[in-house]
Amino acid sequence: MTQAKEAFKAMRIFFTGVGGQGTLLATRLVGEAALEEGLSVAMSEIHGMAQRGGVVESSVVVGDVFSPTIPDGEADILMAFEPLEAVRALPKCNPKTMVISSTIPLVPFTVATGQSTYPDVEELRKMTEEKVGRLLWVDAMALAKQAGSDRASNIVMVGILAGTGCLPISKQSWQGALKKILPGRILEVNRKAFELGFKAGEESGK
Amino acid sequence: MHELLTPKSGEKHLLLGNEAIVRGALEGNVRFVAAYPGTPSSEIIDRFYQIGPDAGVYVEYSVNEKISVETAGAAAVSGVRSLCSMKHVGLNVAADAFMTLAYVGVKAGMVMVVADDPSLHSSQNEQDNRYYAKMGNVPMLEPTTPEEARKMTLEALKISETFQIPCMLRTTTRVNHCRGPVTLGDLPTDAPSGEFKKDPFNLVVIPMVGRKLRLALLEKVAKLQEEADRSPFNFTEGQGKWGIITSGVSYLYVKDAVRDLGIEDKVKILKLGFTFPHPKGLIRNFLEGLDKLLVVEELEPFLEEAVRMTAQEAGLPVEVAGKGAQLIPRAFELDAVKVKRALQSFFGVSYEPPQVFAVPQLPMRPPNLCPGCPHRATYYSVKKVFGEDAIYPSDIGCYTLGVLPPLKMADFLICMGSGVSSSGGFSKVLDQPVVSFIGDSTFFHSGITGLVNAVSHDHRFLLVIMDNGTTAMTGHQPHPGIELTPQGKITPKVSLENLVRGCGVERVFTVNPLQVQKTQDVLQNLRESMKEPGVSVLISKSPCPLYENRMLHKKTKVVFQVDASSCDLCKRCLTELGCPAFVWERSASGQECIRINESLCSGCSVCSQICKSIKPKRVGEGKGGNE
Repeated sequence: MTQAKEAFKAMRIFFTGVGGQGTLLATRLVGEAALEEGLSVAMSEIHGMAQRGGVVESSVVVGDVFSPTIPDGEADILMAFEPLEAVRALPKCNPKTMVISSTIPLVPFTVATGQSTYPDVEELRKMTEEKVGRLLWVDAMALAKQAGSDRASNIVMVGILAGTGCLPISKQSWQGALKKILPGRILEVNRKAFELGFKAGEESGK
Repeated sequence: MHELLTPKSGEKHLLLGNEAIVRGALEGNVRFVAAYPGTPSSEIIDRFYQIGPDAGVYVEYSVNEKISVETAGAAAVSGVRSLCSMKHVGLNVAADAFMTLAYVGVKAGMVMVVADDPSLHSSQNEQDNRYYAKMGNVPMLEPTTPEEARKMTLEALKISETFQIPCMLRTTTRVNHCRGPVTLGDLPTDAPSGEFKKDPFNLVVIPMVGRKLRLALLEKVAKLQEEADRSPFNFTEGQGKWGIITSGVSYLYVKDAVRDLGIEDKVKILKLGFTFPHPKGLIRNFLEGLDKLLVVEELEPFLEEAVRMTAQEAGLPVEVAGKGAQLIPRAFELDAVKVKRALQSFFGVSYEPPQVFAVPQLPMRPPNLCPGCPHRATYYSVKKVFGEDAIYPSDIGCYTLGVLPPLKMADFLICMGSGVSSSGGFSKVLDQPVVSFIGDSTFFHSGITGLVNAVSHDHRFLLVIMDNGTTAMTGHQPHPGIELTPQGKITPKVSLENLVRGCGVERVFTVNPLQVQKTQDVLQNLRESMKEPGVSVLISKSPCPLYENRMLHKKTKVVFQVDASSCDLCKRCLTELGCPAFVWERSASGQECIRINESLCSGCSVCSQICKSIKPKRVGEGKGGNE
């Protein structure tokens, strides 16, 4: 059940991912949907250096908040497009934070060359779960493939966020935002991806 | 039609701060735009470049920031409203023009967008460019949100035109790259034509003219100071004996902090948008009756100094604080928690900062040269021939990432163009070979003068110009030497090789770094010839694969694979080449192997030229995804 707009105060959503995963597009989608719904919204993105295979961080604040960035400990929601990055972003969270994380590792270069080891994914899950309020640990890639493109994981993730109903944004506004920011040729695949995510998000609350 | 050209006023769009600046400039009838790209300012010139023809705006990617100020200044002197944009360090390059254009002034409005980068998200330093406004006696506005960025761009044009002086719009990364709702205003339909009135005794700054203009400038500043006092971008909020003065994005952190701490009824806020000349009258009035005042601003104590001075001049006993003593840090960006801590400590209110989760040591994920990047191949070959002992000055661009292991091919860097000039210095005082790296765009920006200097003084080094045919780091902007455009291949306007020869360099060679052996042969010869004094230049030319794919929709036809049966696990592919498509793995039984991630491999073939166990494999259509 989507949160009632009247009771809604504010939500700070922190996004983290790896360059090339579509983190900024997902961020934009959440922002556009909030705007479409008539909520007050501000976003912050980091461009440039971060995108060459490094970590990409961005944020969306919806409702009665002024700062576009999120200080440590103040994220209400963490959207992590990669499990290692979910743990790296834990300082942004607090014991009430909801974390939505993709389970599919993207191995950093330092690991690929054998300089360091990628932690066990199950360990990463435990580390996250024991600290935060709620964890949705989802194989977004599988749903994206099901929708027809493994590149649509980012949209699956946003679908999950939408499906949890923690933002007072109607389905119609989400769909309007999708149409607005995605070019026609990839819209259909991404709509499917969003829907699959949405369903997973809805079911997670049952 | 592009979103930024929407004619309907009143519509709300979610725009980046940079896009809001573009919209503001369009609404203000700016018809001339010039810039060199630099994060976080790049989207301003990029969007103008996309819409220029439809908007009736002349747009150019100038070869550097100084030139952008000079060309845009000429347009504004000729009665055509203009804009130039740059990152903070870009104004260092443009400072010469900036300081005297303030004397000469403009006829039509001219806005100079200068984007600071607190926290150095993508910069080499954290300088506070507000001091440039002060040093140049140029009016400055500092927006807080994208909406304010649009409005202030309009206002900057107005101020500039009224006072006949360029106006600086100073942003920070969190304004440029913040996205927020912007309400569109009307677009004008009239296009003014340029008109230049000869007036050498006001426009040609020989000393006698400069002296006169200096006095006129000081008069303008005095009038601008009154304007700042009246500006609607400077306003007061709230009531109380405690005061906060703030500007830019810091205002938002202050708003959150004051509310979260529940001290709204105790605190009066002065939010400044027109920050130079300092609105001294306004500040003085604000200080009267306050017990304590905290200045909340990022970077240097720019406003704090003005506030302290104003308080001293007015003989007001208010306690002023800002930077220092555990209050507002001078380094890096602020956030709401940092501001809450400062308010807690200064005003003595209670606040429980959030407990921050500790995270165990995790593998780092540094940015990296892309798979198939020709710079990697160049670095590999240069290192093979010149070894670890040579000095490798570098420059600013993607290739600076070559500083990281395993390549480690950058030894010295201070600013755009410094690679060339510093190499000359190194070569005069050291015995080791010096090999300098610079990208094509950076070479046009500020490498040429260094090269001319080096030739004329017989500096002894090898300059490697890494020509990937675009300005890759900031988002693939064009420059004078490009061969690849959205329409296909063209003959570049400026030939790098001819240019280098024209600078007086006799030993000039061009190689394709993806041909490893040929490149190393040329480098070997160059190494021999460097026993003679003088500069040698190697143009290492191969297109940026990301750009090439985007422009020509080139599909990867071949990927490379490691043949496990012949791989002897020497790991040179990992320790010397370091392509991110390579993966080192240990199986459950503890057996090591090296694999190439096919979805990352771009098929450049460099690895197969250095290792016999790496073999090509044809791939079918469809690799590369749907975007």
